[in-house]
Amino acid sequence: MRIVSALVIGAIFGIGIALSGMANPAKVLNFFDIAGNWDPSLIFVMGGALVTTAIGYRIVFGARARPLFEKSYSLPTRTDLDARLIGGSALFGVGWGISGFCPGGAIPALGIGEPAVPIFVVSMAAGIVLARFARANPFKKTVSA
Amino acid sequence: MITEFTPWMSLFGGALIGLAAVLLMAFHGRIAGMTGIFGGVLPPVGDDWQWRAAFLAGAIIAPAAFLLAGGAIDFAVPVPVWAMVVGGLIVGAGASIGSGCTSGHGVCGMARISKRSIVATVTFMVTTGITVYIMRHVLSVGV
Repeated sequence: MRIVSALVIGAIFGIGIALSGMANPAKVLNFFDIAGNWDPSLIFVMGGALVTTAIGYRIVFGARARPLFEKSYSLPTRTDLDARLIGGSALFGVGWGISGFCPGGAIPALGIGEPAVPIFVVSMAAGIVLARFARANPFKKTVSA
Repeated sequence: MITEFTPWMSLFGGALIGLAAVLLMAFHGRIAGMTGIFGGVLPPVGDDWQWRAAFLAGAIIAPAAFLLAGGAIDFAVPVPVWAMVVGGLIVGAGASIGSGCTSGHGVCGMARISKRSIVATVTFMVTTGITVYIMRHVLSVGV
């Protein structure tokens, strides 16, 4: 049941991304190109998603003490601002600006069947794995010691 | 390349993204962040990869089914292949180090009024804007 549920919710997410324009690098890049062919559509994507989520979360947390399929909600608890958060986010933006794809845009875009998308996604997967490896690797300490 | 301004379709698509985020929280208790969900099926794979794989499959199948059913999805990549390779690596590493991307921080985290997510979102929106400016107006890539 929880697999079917995740599949259906993923489908809603994917079609929402595709219809919104977030899976279209040309549209995403034009949103950020205020000095050029500016297309402000993505403000409406963010607005629609944010308002729906903010209201929906409030209803969910108010109505149910736990999610349907799990014992508790898995929510981030950290509140501190650190270099990893800011540096990582800054880096992510550079990649988004180069390619026009963010992770949430790229995965549904795989369904469109254009060859550029799997190239991006494989490269993104490599980036995620490399970043984890670099963090887990105690090599740096060994060298400095 | 000029793209058409689509406020209503973008608002509708955004609302669906939000609906998916709310349902994932209500049923699975999870933040709908694509970096985290996708990262969970990459090595080292966690023991809860099944729902993540199902979510990813749904996200890919839905646009494909929509196209097969005769729907239209605007799509164009106005940058060269190297930008996919380099951009992909940087997006993956950056979103992983920064604990999230547009969906996790920008939608779910901001909706929870998380200070970390608000700072992350402002940060990546600014660096994306600067990068697009440099790519298009300084380096003249993908104009």
